[in-house]
Amino acid sequence: MIESFALADLGQVLDAFWRGSLGTSSAFFSGTLVRAIPLALVGIGLSIAFRAGVFNIGGEGQLLLGATAATFVGLYASALGPIAVVAALVAAGIAGAAWATVAAYLRDRFGVFEVVSTIMLNFIAVNLVSYLVRGPLQEPTRVYPQTEIIPFGARLPHLWPGTRLHAGAIIAIVAAVASWWFLSRTAAGFRIRAAGASPTVSRTTGRVRVDRVTFGAFVASGALAGLAGGIEVSGVTYALYENLSPGYGFSAIAVAILARLRPLAVLLAALLFATLETGALGMQRDAGVPSVVALALEAAIILAVVGVSGGFRDAPWRTWRASGATVAR
Amino acid sequence: MSPRQQASEPPALELRSVSKRFGDVVAVDNVHFTLTRGTVHALIGENGAGKSTLMRIADGLIPADAGVVRFFGAAPKAHDARGAARAGVGMVHQHLSLVPSLTVAENLVLGGSGLLRPVETSALLRTTMESSGLRVPEHVLAGDLSIVEQQRLEILKALARGARILILDEPTAVLAPADSDELLRWIRAFADRGGSVVLVTHKLREAIAVSDDVTVLRHGRVVRSGRAAESTEADLARAMFPDTLDRAVASTTPAAGSTIITAEAIVVVDAGGVQRIGGASFHIRRQEIVGIAAVEGSGHRELLRAIAGLVPVSSGAIQLPERVALIPADRLREALISEFTLTENVALHELGRRRGLMPWRELSGRTAALLDRFAIVAPSPSAPAWSLSGGNQQRLVVARELEHAVDLVVADNPTRGLDIRATAFVHDQLREAAARGAAVVFHSGDLDELLSLATRVLVVFHGTVSESGLDREAIGRAMVGAGSGDGAGSAA
Repeated sequence: MIESFALADLGQVLDAFWRGSLGTSSAFFSGTLVRAIPLALVGIGLSIAFRAGVFNIGGEGQLLLGATAATFVGLYASALGPIAVVAALVAAGIAGAAWATVAAYLRDRFGVFEVVSTIMLNFIAVNLVSYLVRGPLQEPTRVYPQTEIIPFGARLPHLWPGTRLHAGAIIAIVAAVASWWFLSRTAAGFRIRAAGASPTVSRTTGRVRVDRVTFGAFVASGALAGLAGGIEVSGVTYALYENLSPGYGFSAIAVAILARLRPLAVLLAALLFATLETGALGMQRDAGVPSVVALALEAAIILAVVGVSGGFRDAPWRTWRASGATVAR
Repeated sequence: MSPRQQASEPPALELRSVSKRFGDVVAVDNVHFTLTRGTVHALIGENGAGKSTLMRIADGLIPADAGVVRFFGAAPKAHDARGAARAGVGMVHQHLSLVPSLTVAENLVLGGSGLLRPVETSALLRTTMESSGLRVPEHVLAGDLSIVEQQRLEILKALARGARILILDEPTAVLAPADSDELLRWIRAFADRGGSVVLVTHKLREAIAVSDDVTVLRHGRVVRSGRAAESTEADLARAMFPDTLDRAVASTTPAAGSTIITAEAIVVVDAGGVQRIGGASFHIRRQEIVGIAAVEGSGHRELLRAIAGLVPVSSGAIQLPERVALIPADRLREALISEFTLTENVALHELGRRRGLMPWRELSGRTAALLDRFAIVAPSPSAPAWSLSGGNQQRLVVARELEHAVDLVVADNPTRGLDIRATAFVHDQLREAAARGAAVVFHSGDLDELLSLATRVLVVFHGTVSESGLDREAIGRAMVGAGSGDGAGSAA
C-alpha cells in the first residue's frame, strides 16, 4: 500500500488510469465500452422519466429485476435454442417495467412520492437477488452464491473476436436513436416533454391526460433499465449473482443529468462515466492505489465534470416539484 | 392632499440620468424621476415602456448602466437590493412572491437574518398591521390567503422592514373594483401620513385620482411629467400613444344564434373538495358575449373551468360544444410553457388529441403565419416564449386559440396586465370570434371592461349565478350580494 504519493508516483497513477480506460484496445473494447452499455440504457430510460417530471431513482432495482428475469428465462427456456436470448431480453424489459409499475401505481393511485417508493423497491430488489442466488436459483453444487451459467443460446454474440464487446452496444445505440426520435418527433414524445415542463399547461391548454403520460414514461424507463440488466447477464456475466451491478442504476442518474436528458448525449456521458470507472479500477490494479481512494477520486472527478458543465442546472427537480404538487392533491 | 414638502428638503427618491440597456435594446434612456416626500407619483406607460425596469433599478434589483440613484438625498454605498431596503425602499411586484407553505408571520420576516422568534414575529405583524391599518388573518398559511390579503401581506412585509418608500407595480391589476378602490384609498392615506409611493399602473383614471404627480414613459424615455391635477386622461393617453386613434366603441347589436351551452342545476366542486357553484342553470347562445361578473372567491373561476370542460360537474347536467378556445387568467401558468419555442407552444393546443408524428415543419410555418397575422413581435417561431413581452405572449395565446373556427371561447381576465393597444387587440379578437358564430364567455375583474365588451352579463355571487342587466350599478350590487332581488337564480 502506498502511504503518500510522490510526484513520480503521480505519473504512474495517471498512466495506470490511461491504460485501464482508453489507452489499450482491450481496455477500451473489453472494459470501458462494455461498462458504458448499461449506463447508457438506464440513462436513456431515466432521461425519458425525468423529462416527464418523474424522478425515478429505481434504475438499480429495475435493472436487477431485468437481470433476474433474463437469467431465469436463459436457464429454463434453453429449448428455444438461439432465440432464447431474444426471449430473455424481452422478459428482462417486462420485469423492469413491472418493477417500475409498482412505483408508478403507488404514485398515481395514492400520491406516494416516487423517490421514496423507488428507493424502497431498490432495497427489495437487492435482497431478492441475494435470496434467489442463495436459494431457489443457486447453482447445483451449492458452493457459490450465484446461478448456473446460462447456455449459449441465451447469450449475446460478441461483436469483435477477441474482445468482450457484445451486441448490447448496438441495442444501446438503437435505443438512444429511437428515444431521441420518439421524444422530438412523435406526439406522444412531445406530450412527455410538455407534461414534465408544465403539467398545468398540458392539462388545460393541451387537454393532455397528464397522469397517463407520466405513468407511461415511468414504465418505459423501467423497461429500459430492465433491458440493461438483461443485457448485462446475457452479454457479460452469463449468470446472476449479488453485486452484479456496481451501482449502474445510480450512476445512470448522473449520466442522464449530465447529458441534459438528451438520449443521444447520454451515449457520450455514459462513455465518459465508464472511462472514469475503468480508469479508477486500472489505478487500483496497476498503480496500487487503494480502491477506496480510486473510488473517491472517481466520484470527485464526476462531480467536477458535472459541476463545470453545469449539468445539474436543468435537473428534474424544477419540474419535479410541479408534478409532485399535483400528485399531492 | 398632503402639503407638498419644501423644495429644500431632499426628495424621497431621485433618479438622475438613469440608463439601462439589455443587449441591443435600450430599456431605460436617460431618465430623471423625482418622488417628493409624502406624495404619490404615478408611473405610466404601455407594456415594454421601461416602467418595471426603472423601478427595479430604484429597488436595486438590477444595476443601472449609467446615472445616479439617491434616497432622501443620499446615494447608498452599495446600490443593491439590500442597500435599497436599508434606505427604506419596499417594492411589491405584480406577481406576488410569498411562500405559500409558510405562515403569514413567517412570510413577514422572510429574508431577515438571525433566529426566527415566533413571539416577536407575531408582535411585529400585529404592530405593523396596527400602524398601517392593513389587516390579514394571522395564523394561516400564506397560500390560503385571498389575492387581496396576499397583496396586503406583501405591503406589510415592506413596512415591517421600515419601508418609507413603497413601489407598487400594477397593484390593482389583480383586484376586483371594490378592492382596488380600497387599496387606492389606503395608498392616499399612507402618503398623507408622510409615506412616499410610486404607483406603476396602466389605469389612467386611478393614476389621476390618487396621485400628486404623473410621469409617462415611452420607449424608455420620459415623455411627460407633471402634476396629476393638471393632467386629463386624454392628455396622458396621447403621451403614451401619440398615434392613438380614438376607438369607437363597437357596440355590437346583441345578436344571438342557436343555444350552445345548456346548464341544468350544475354543482361544481374545486380541487380541495369545496363546493364553489351550487345549482346553477343557464343557457348561452352562439354570437353572445357573456361577461361573468364576480368578486374574487365567488366561484366564477370554477364556473369558467366547468364551462371550458376542464372540470366535470359533480351534479346536474351541462351540454358543451366540442371545439373550445381557452384563454386562461395566468398565461405562464396555464397557457404557455416559457422555455418551449413559439412553435412548440402553438403545438400544445389540443395536444391530447394528437396522434402519430408531430408535423414540426408545418407547425413552424403556421406559427410564422400567426406571428404575421396577429402582429406579434417575436424574433422567430423558434424563439422561446419567455423572450416575448407579456403583451406579445398574450397575443400568441389568443392567436393560437382563435386561429381555427371554434364554437366557444372561454376567457378569464384575458387582458390582465396588458396595455391599451394589446387590450384593444384582445377585445377585437373576441368580438370577431362572436361575429363568426362562437359563444364567448369571459370574466374580467374590471367592470368597465366587462361592460364595454359583454352583450350580456351573468353575476356569480357566493356560488349562485344570476342574470343581470348591463347596468353598472345593478351589477356592482349583485356582485357583493346586495342585489335588488330580481335575479332569481336561473336565467334564460
